[in-house]
Amino acid sequence: MAKVYIETPLTNEDVLHLQAGDEVFLNGVIYVARDAAHKRFLERLENNQPLPIDLRNQIIFYAGPTPPKPGQVIGSIAPTTASRMDPYTPAMFEYGVKGVIGKGPRSQSVKDACKDNKAICFSAIGGLSALLSDKIQTAEVVTYEDLGPEAVRELVVKDFPVLVVYDAHGKDLYEQEIAKYRTIER
Amino acid sequence: MSEVSVNQMRNTVRKISVDQIRDTVATLCWEACYNLPEDIVEGFHKARESEQSPLGRSIIDQLIENAQLAATEDRPYCHDTGLTVVFAEVGQDVYIDGGSFEEAIHEGIRKGYKEGYLRNSIVGDPLLRKNTNDNTPGVIHTKLVAGNQIKLTVLPKGGGSENMSAMKFLLPGEGVEGVKKFVLDTIEAAGGRACPPIVVGVGIGGSFDKVTEIAKKAVLRDIGQYHPEPHIAQLEKELLEEINKTGIGPQGLGGTSTSLWTAVETYGCHITALPVAVNIQCHAARKKSCII
Repeated sequence: MAKVYIETPLTNEDVLHLQAGDEVFLNGVIYVARDAAHKRFLERLENNQPLPIDLRNQIIFYAGPTPPKPGQVIGSIAPTTASRMDPYTPAMFEYGVKGVIGKGPRSQSVKDACKDNKAICFSAIGGLSALLSDKIQTAEVVTYEDLGPEAVRELVVKDFPVLVVYDAHGKDLYEQEIAKYRTIER
Repeated sequence: MSEVSVNQMRNTVRKISVDQIRDTVATLCWEACYNLPEDIVEGFHKARESEQSPLGRSIIDQLIENAQLAATEDRPYCHDTGLTVVFAEVGQDVYIDGGSFEEAIHEGIRKGYKEGYLRNSIVGDPLLRKNTNDNTPGVIHTKLVAGNQIKLTVLPKGGGSENMSAMKFLLPGEGVEGVKKFVLDTIEAAGGRACPPIVVGVGIGGSFDKVTEIAKKAVLRDIGQYHPEPHIAQLEKELLEEINKTGIGPQGLGGTSTSLWTAVETYGCHITALPVAVNIQCHAARKKSCII
């Protein structure tokens, strides 16, 4: 389990180099999009229409921040439950998204899509919202402003801490770690 | 009514204005979201001591740091400032003056979420899904009690853990083992999605509606406090121990601190039934009360 500093967007070399369990510090642009935005993205992809912003090679952060207080770049922010995006993620990876940041385990189809499309599922700590907002240098709504807290935002992050939970080689950090501490037979 | 009892009423009935109710709810909303309760922070420290996974310990350390930062700087501990659940215990000798009690609570939520810079996370229609942009409606549970005061408790309930909660009617013969199996099944199905370390509220008995209400009430009980009935306290101990043997751990990334506390509430039920509800509360286990 290595400590890795990465500049976004992700290259295929970056993706293939990362292993489940790696502690990664992201630097550069990442995009915030969650349930409602994904529903709209998929409708466009299914109709062969371009997305309102180019997300190829980019990282999507599943989140919805609190409103900023005066003087703040962004309010509190941390990942939402990733599995709600399971129906959308394989298509997003196929389109060219290279990484997603959420919390919690995902479906087999998402794990397979990581392998098939050379993409990474990262996890940040759910509810670590005050601390994580301090890693964000700029935040701007770039599309779907009408979705309010679910609008798509472009963030510039500095040493944003995430873990690789599903890598592009089929490894699963959740399964691997839970097995070590499981002491009940059911 | 005799003259004496009318006089007694005049002496005991207290007037509380809807403005006071609104302002109290507003303050409770942001105070709850900025300050994690002491019993929960203590729970983090205890879990940190016993946690066997190095990654799990690192996660708990960061949660403790996040709680300190949020409280010191008046910022939301978690971005999901929740569906606002309000428990109101209204003294039967209170006269509510100036408008509707429930509207005063919703108005308090509007004010609290706007002035506290909390996230509006509620859609008005569950199918059309348009954000109401003021976090209403809240969910209000009102109980009439003795006295001339109102106790208001605000529980901002995060969506991720609420989504993983479950209810089931067991056969009466399935008994305590059936209850334990259902609770464990629910926790294992949730895994890391419910943002562990979690607080688990279990309701047993009552009706379809009552059992979920008491499960939510169980979430509000301070951690470390067992149920007064010895056989229920024993069940709480066993459940907590077994949940922490699942290996799920902090954030579902492995470890021995899956649950900080597991509380069980019970209610009488029909001879045909053994309803059980499991309400999962993420580590952002916020709650704040005030008596007016």
